[in-house]
Amino acid sequence: MSMTGFNIEKIRADFPVLAQKVHNKPLVYFDNGATTQKPLAVIDVVNRYHSELNSSIHRGVHFLSDQATNAYENARREVQHYINAKESHEIIFTSGTTGSINMLAFSFGERYIRPGDEIIITEMEHHANIVPWQMLCERKGSKLKVIPFNDLGILQIEKLSELITEKTKLISVTHISNTLGTINPIREIINIAHRHNVPVMIDAAQSIQHARIDVQELDVDFLVFSGHKVYGPTGIGVVYGKEKYLEELPPYQGGGDMVDEVTFEKTSYNVLPFKFEAGTTNYIGAIGLSAALQYIEDIGIAKIAAYETEVLNYGTQQMEELGYIRIYGRSPQKASILCFGIEGVHMADAGMIFDKLGVAVRIGSHCAQPVWQHFGMTGALRASIALYNTKEEIDYLCKAIRQVKTMLG
Amino acid sequence: MSTIQEVQQEIVDEFAVFDDWMDRYNYLIELANELSVIDEKKKNNDYIIKGCQSRVWLNAEFEDGKVIYSAESDAIITRGIISLLIRVLSGREPGEIINAKLEFIDQIGLKENLSPTRANGLLAMIKQMRLYAIAYDAKSKKNEQGE
Repeated sequence: MSMTGFNIEKIRADFPVLAQKVHNKPLVYFDNGATTQKPLAVIDVVNRYHSELNSSIHRGVHFLSDQATNAYENARREVQHYINAKESHEIIFTSGTTGSINMLAFSFGERYIRPGDEIIITEMEHHANIVPWQMLCERKGSKLKVIPFNDLGILQIEKLSELITEKTKLISVTHISNTLGTINPIREIINIAHRHNVPVMIDAAQSIQHARIDVQELDVDFLVFSGHKVYGPTGIGVVYGKEKYLEELPPYQGGGDMVDEVTFEKTSYNVLPFKFEAGTTNYIGAIGLSAALQYIEDIGIAKIAAYETEVLNYGTQQMEELGYIRIYGRSPQKASILCFGIEGVHMADAGMIFDKLGVAVRIGSHCAQPVWQHFGMTGALRASIALYNTKEEIDYLCKAIRQVKTMLG
Repeated sequence: MSTIQEVQQEIVDEFAVFDDWMDRYNYLIELANELSVIDEKKKNNDYIIKGCQSRVWLNAEFEDGKVIYSAESDAIITRGIISLLIRVLSGREPGEIINAKLEFIDQIGLKENLSPTRANGLLAMIKQMRLYAIAYDAKSKKNEQGE
């Protein structure tokens, strides 16, 4: 039992993948920022729906289709409940965070962006929250502006007010940086933006699994995340949008289910949320995501966050004690992400040796090249923590670092 | 000069004495120092092979009908593997290089480092070595026709 009071042994037993050996060593999985492992609660429900209840949703007049449709719409309500959205039709299922942002960049762009308009992002965004906006800017002749961070990895929020002009149409910010681990002051950003009547999109890909999110309390206009980073299946994601915006936005993709009436002259579109869900959606993914969110609720996100912070702080302290580790991202407000370099050792070499020791970390830019450009580097090692990681695993990681240093430093 | 096949067998024999991966990696780290290092001036974007995780620079010259490779990487283990590739392929006629089957990497237990998902630039490097050979092959055939 940890001091924060949840049963880590039981939690680890919920994740079958963790029990295996890699290269004859117990797997130590620290690549949770890339994707999290799945608990039995998710695996079982996905398996059960494929084996017993699979049927195309929203179309059938038969038993199975009704069952699948109900489960899918229940999943939507579970997501609504989880982020405390006002309406279930404010929840749009997508393929993932990337799919979500691309959808918004298209639909929001078509509706609201004109030549010369501006969109503000930050220097610490994942490529998925940079490139779709750049593509939009190229299409519309609009401009992308960037809030910088300082060397500690803290957003220079005081620069936001200078960046906002009457041309600013949207601010899109990551809640938690996937490289620096910084928890950004999104409430403050939203407040500043709203004073200028500018809507805000929050990329919650790295926060939905670590922090409580209440979209009404935040008064956020759009929020996106992926299922697979929150212990759910891959290929499912969410766009939350305030009804008043989603009603205004044109559909992203055309196809089945998103229409009301189709003639060759003119098509009218379905109501929310179906307007944005063309074709056969990943309904089993949505049902699996719902199971994952329920799994988190059963444990409690506050407990999870407290435990993960304990492991993160322990990891930071243990690495610092080695004396040859540089940690990137020193914000006091930080969650679950530990990017680091080993003095005198190339990250690719370290990654290869870690792998042989059974330690899964990520190396490289982590799809956020501008962050590394800030530091004049190409990337770093990243250990990212989930609810099933332990201090013993941190100790093992540090042991692996010492071995790498002996071999290469 | 030994054939490509013979050099590969030599390498496999050298690695056979190591019991575990750590000894193999330590040997690669040693071999990294033996790399025919690319001219410092050529460590630029014209010669770079981009992998997500480590960078590799490769050059090939054509001398007396033979392709001579030199390379560099910022990662040591990658550099060790490159030095093996150069030992096998450098100083040979283009035709030999084009037809070479590089089996030693698998046989010395480094196959996973050549997986495309590793993005360490090695797979791209082998491709680039072959492309140089193909280019010099075409060039020498053209010259023969011209004579």
